Amino acid sequence: MTAEAAAPGRLGHRLRHQLPLLAWLVLVWMLLWGTWSWANLLGGAVIALVVTSLLPLPPVVGGTRLRPGPLLRFVGAFVADLISSGALVAWQTLRPSGIERSAIIRVQTRTDSDLLLTILAESLTLVPGSMVLDLDRERRVLTLHVLHVRGPDDVERQRTSVLAQEERVVRAFGTAADVAALGPPAGEPARGGTS
Amino acid sequence: MSVLEVVGDVVAVVLLLLGALLCLTAGIGLVRFPDVLTRMHAGTKPQVLGVLLIMVAGAIRLQGWSATWMLLLVAVFQLLTAPVSAHMISRVAYRRRHVRRDLLLVDELRADDELRDRVYRGDEPADAPPGEPGQTLAERSGENRNPRDERG
Repeated sequence: MTAEAAAPGRLGHRLRHQLPLLAWLVLVWMLLWGTWSWANLLGGAVIALVVTSLLPLPPVVGGTRLRPGPLLRFVGAFVADLISSGALVAWQTLRPSGIERSAIIRVQTRTDSDLLLTILAESLTLVPGSMVLDLDRERRVLTLHVLHVRGPDDVERQRTSVLAQEERVVRAFGTAADVAALGPPAGEPARGGTS
Repeated sequence: MSVLEVVGDVVAVVLLLLGALLCLTAGIGLVRFPDVLTRMHAGTKPQVLGVLLIMVAGAIRLQGWSATWMLLLVAVFQLLTAPVSAHMISRVAYRRRHVRRDLLLVDELRADDELRDRVYRGDEPADAPPGEPGQTLAERSGENRNPRDERG
């Protein structure tokens, strides 16, 4: 990817791939100024171009589709999780008995897209008692550290909640192929490898 | 002045106090929790929610859109970056074996030989704690999936 980015003469191609990033940088620039004006827009565009050409990033492969309905469901569930997670962890820090046991679990994910896995890992790290420790990209295995586990039942419950979160992410952002990949293996044992 | 402003002020005060309280619990959690991984939980979650609440309160109380946009940016970057730093720190902590494994219920990362080799491969420092600092509850109670873990 870096070789492709370094190749001269493919500026137009690169520009098209970088367009979402450019738009985002211009938006950040304008939000930082806080007022709308053409000067800000042009200044933001120039800065965005300079930043992306000085610090090039590999393009995000695999497009996304935004579906408003599932996106709303994802955001709703995310905010609810964020609040309940914050309250729960805050309570655990304050209560005299302190924290319960935690666990490190592995979850076999079904999606195979860099962007979707990134969104999934980001949202998982923000919501209840779970934090992504490692992502095995080739085998698509997420390793998480989870709080509030009292027994094996809780471990399984956390695993299913991770898979539910994955489904919400894919339905909100994934392409049709990604959503189709979700379908059949839903009832499968969630963990690959060990018995 | 008007009733609406008073209500807005009250809501902003409540959100500010709630957010400040959550940030306080994040600090307390850093002191009270036993190891790096659990401390990262305390440091990321209540603190992110606390910052968001304070941002909302600021957006209600402050006049003018330009401040609101700035607060929105702060919130977005908080949501984007907090998980990344928490992940990086805990990943390094796990690789360097700064984990209270005796407080873990299960450790499926370690139960898998191939994965353990990948994660531990040549990455532990010379002063790392010994390779078997403790056993998880699952390992102690004998429901060990992998007999090769039982050396030493």
